[in-house]
Amino acid sequence: MSEENGKRPWVEMRGIHKWFGGVHALKGVDFHVCRGEVVGLIGDNGAGKSTLIKILSGVFPPDKGEILIEGKRVRFRSPRDAKEHGIETVYQELALVDNLDVPGNIFLGREPALVGGRSLLALLHKGRMMREARALLERLKVNIGDLTALAGELSGGQRQTIAIARALYTEPKLLIMDEPTAALAVQETRKVLDLVRKLKERDIGIVFISHTLQEVFAVADRIVILRKGEKVGDFPAAELAIDDAVKLMVGGEESPTR
Amino acid sequence: MEPKAWLRRINRNRVLFPLGALVLLVIVASSLSRHFLTPMNIKNVLSQVSIIAILAAGEACVILTGGIDLSVGAVLAISGSVTAVLLKWAGVAMPLAILGGLGVGVLAGALNGLMVAWVRIPSFIATLAMMAVARGGTLVLTNGRPVSGFLRSFRAIAGYAGPLPLLFLITFGVYVLWQLALSHTRFGRYVYAVGGNETGTRFVGVNVRRVKLLVFILAGFCAAIGGIMLDARLNAAYPTAGEGYELDAIAAAVLGGVSLSGGVGSLVGTFFGALVMTVLGNILNLLKVGAFYQYIAKGLILAVAAISLSRGVKFAK
Ligand SMILES: Nc1ncnc2c1ncn2[C@@H]1O[C@H](COP(=O)(O)OP(=O)(O)O)[C@@H](O)[C@H]1O
Ligand SMILES: [Mg+2]
Repeated sequence: MSEENGKRPWVEMRGIHKWFGGVHALKGVDFHVCRGEVVGLIGDNGAGKSTLIKILSGVFPPDKGEILIEGKRVRFRSPRDAKEHGIETVYQELALVDNLDVPGNIFLGREPALVGGRSLLALLHKGRMMREARALLERLKVNIGDLTALAGELSGGQRQTIAIARALYTEPKLLIMDEPTAALAVQETRKVLDLVRKLKERDIGIVFISHTLQEVFAVADRIVILRKGEKVGDFPAAELAIDDAVKLMVGGEESPTR
Repeated sequence: MEPKAWLRRINRNRVLFPLGALVLLVIVASSLSRHFLTPMNIKNVLSQVSIIAILAAGEACVILTGGIDLSVGAVLAISGSVTAVLLKWAGVAMPLAILGGLGVGVLAGALNGLMVAWVRIPSFIATLAMMAVARGGTLVLTNGRPVSGFLRSFRAIAGYAGPLPLLFLITFGVYVLWQLALSHTRFGRYVYAVGGNETGTRFVGVNVRRVKLLVFILAGFCAAIGGIMLDARLNAAYPTAGEGYELDAIAAAVLGGVSLSGGVGSLVGTFFGALVMTVLGNILNLLKVGAFYQYIAKGLILAVAAISLSRGVKFAK
């Protein structure tokens, strides 16, 4: 299954297992994403979607299984490791820091320094942070208004856009979005979906998780379905009907197309 | 202006509250007692505030990350008595004795940081344990007796530079440095980030443990400076030194606008908070209110400040 429309997977997860105490959250899941491909990851609450992508983004290691990037085995000990390989994530729990301003959030963890380089005592280059944040948001055609506003003072949509902009700053190869629209109004959701389509044209691989299947079907090229920690389906989006996807998610019946 | 926007304004200018409280207190104090605004009493207040404020500087950094340090009073005592013992009983040269005291403070802070960030013990428990250990260590080290009578050169730390107490200048210098570090270095940025959203900060790849370790080390270091200052000021290290000072330090930070849930506040505010606590103690002394009642008064003020300042200060989510 490593060939998809003639494309090789950019990243591949093989036989991933994860236990949380007695909970077997992932039971040997295979998962892959190609460049320029949007993979919709769906499943009921607690199916293991967040756990799977947290392993992919280095938040925690798998208990069993392996991750390969361009065919080479990698091991992530922290989110930083995953970032260095070009994997950026927009987490379900809005990961912005409410008491920092917009540039502060975009550059959190990689602040440009006046002096001191990467050391903890480096002096911040606040001017550059502001300039580059503004340029980045303009490039993505998002309008935040006052960038000195604290994240906690912004709307859900603005916050999510900043979270996405932050993930895009380093021009990642893979962008993971865990329920990026869950807290958003309809209008704001549409903007996020537009952004996803734009990113696809830049040859970025995207993992898109959402509870709203219409959204997933609107942007995804391929759809992967998890149920109780197992992968129960992997279809080109065009060949799967929403009703069938729902049946697979909740289980009970035989798989409709396999 | 909608009410939320109004709250936000208050949020960002939290220095105004302690400054206002200070001005008010000074007006009340000077009208209650003729002795309050005398040069003698002002110098006394500035010396006193130095020690409270230096503890509060470290405490504020810990609270900004969302933790608390209950051991600063006891760490002050053990650092002060280590320096005293080195000076008086071991005959060690003054710079080395001071370094010894500071080292003990840093070590205590580092242990606090390890317990909190690596072993994941809640900070109020970890530092409560440290408080007991450090206080016990002080009593063991000194046999429970004061160590007193230092050389002039050491006592000079509590002397004057022109009209200003040297202690005050030291504390002021530390505040300027810490505040600059908080607002202009990556470390300072992470202190606020960890207090605001620890998980989110870890997810972007910041080494949160190291940030926590450092703030506890800073708090221990500040407490040690306080211990050495107190030695010089009293010309003695008392094993009971600094008892209850953690209350003053926490109260100073909270009055100064540092939110107990972390992420909000500044050292400028904390400094005013420390002045409020000290002036309050001073005026109660001038009015001959007993020490027992002062404890009650300070406790009440901390409670009231914590209640009033924790309302509406977290960001609307
Ligand atoms: N940090 C954790 N500690 C313990 N259990 C967890 C943790 N994260 C997830 N789980 C459990 O793992 C299972 C999968 O959760 P999750 O990946 O969040 O599902 P989804 O994102 O599909 O809703 C659930 O049973 C959940 O309770
Ligand atoms: Mg989830």
